[in-house]
This record gives sequence, structure tokens and C-alpha cells, in this order.
Amino acid sequence: MEVAFWILAVISVASALAVVFLRHIFRAALFLVLCFFAIAGIYATLNADFLAAAQVLIYVGAIAVLIIFAIMLTRETQQGSPSGRFRLIAFLVGAMFLVTMILVVTGTDWQVITEAPTEPTTSSLAQALFSREEGFVLPFEIVAALLLAAVIGAIALVREK
Amino acid sequence: MTVGLEHFLILSAILFSIGLYGALAKRNAVVILMSIEIMLNAVNIAMVAFWRYGHLITGQVFAIFIMVVAAAEAAVGLAIIISIYRSRETVDVEKIDLMKW
Repeated sequence: MEVAFWILAVISVASALAVVFLRHIFRAALFLVLCFFAIAGIYATLNADFLAAAQVLIYVGAIAVLIIFAIMLTRETQQGSPSGRFRLIAFLVGAMFLVTMILVVTGTDWQVITEAPTEPTTSSLAQALFSREEGFVLPFEIVAALLLAAVIGAIALVREK
Repeated sequence: MTVGLEHFLILSAILFSIGLYGALAKRNAVVILMSIEIMLNAVNIAMVAFWRYGHLITGQVFAIFIMVVAAAEAAVGLAIIISIYRSRETVDVEKIDLMKW
């Protein structure tokens, strides 16, 4: 698990940097796919089997294809992805956020349970989502309505007038 | 040195700040959306790490909700970008200023 974590961490950070810094936008999208795959692997090292599968299905399968589709439809590949006027401020904001988070994370005394959860998570996840007493049934329904609204909204936005 | 909760949280913070830089600094709207996806994934890593080291299933439930909202956001965001590209022939956010007062 240790070796897997370090390899996946390096791959995900390197491909995220490639997404941000590559000028060729289509290559950036392909590195985004690699980043999503590495994050699915990180879920696997965290014993979250259902989420690792969902990550591959939703992000690698759906969102990445959607993004590549959008790149193809908006033909600005020859122009690349230049940085804007606020590059320095953006870098400062990102660096300040990173330093603050690292200080907070290393300075906190986390109460952790070190032994890994051994059971498959799918059934306990379903219990947590759909149980009657303390489940997330109402948020689940709201999220379903949100997805429907997003699909209808996307169709309405790109429809030829 | 064993890998613990801190490692996952710091990895998540690094990915989040890379995405933050991309979302603030880039001019191509599609790249900005890609950076936002990286940020959402970084938050998901933190959620799942808290589940792994605290055994509270709510972390994973939240991660699923974040995934769904990210999918909805990507669909609507890319639809907006495509419809702007149709009318303006550009996806450069410094040239798209219809909402600027």
C-alpha cells in the first residue's frame, strides 16, 4: 500500500501540473484522464472499492469524454491555453492556500483509527444512503432532481434556435 | 515512515492548490473547467481519507454527492461554453465580458 500510494501520488500531482501548465489543450485533457485514473487508484489504496469504480465510470468514462468533446467543438487548439493577466496573483493565492493547509494538517492532533476497514463498502454505503432513520434519502432525491435539471438545461443551452 | 491520514490530506491540498491556480490563471474556459474538476477530486480524496481513518461512512456518501454535482456542473458548464463559442467564436474568458457592468 505504501509504494502504491507514493507512485499514485506522484502520478496524480505530475499529471495535474501537466493539465495546468501544458500549452496544448488536447494533451492537457489526456493528462486529466491520467490524473482521474491515479485518483481512482488512491481510492483503492484507501479501501474505498465502490468509489474507485465510480471514479473510473463517471470521471474517466463520462466527464473526460465530455471535456474532449467540448475541446473538439470549440476549435481553439491552435491557440493553446495561455495564462491570463492574473497569473502571479493566482500563483500567490494557490501557494498561500497550500502553505496554510499543510500547516493546519501537520499541526492538528488527528484522532485516527489505524486499522483498515476490511469489509466491502458497497452495502454499508447503500445502508447509509437509503436507511430510514439516519439515511440520506432526501439529499439523494434532490441530487437526482439536480441531475435531471442539469441534463435539461444542457440540452436547452446547446439547442439550435 | 508509514502512510497516514496526513499524507492523504497533504496530497489533497497539493491537488487543490494546483486546480486553484489553473482556475484563476488560465484564459481558456475549458481549461478552467478542467481545473475545477481537479479541485473537486482533491476534496473527494480528503473525504475518503477521513472515512478510512475515522470509519464514518458519511465521508463516502459526501464523496458520491460531490461526484454527482461535478457531473452536473461539467454538463452545464460545457453547454454554456459551447453556446458562447457559437455566438462569439471564442472561449477566452478575458474576451467574454457580456456580464461585466
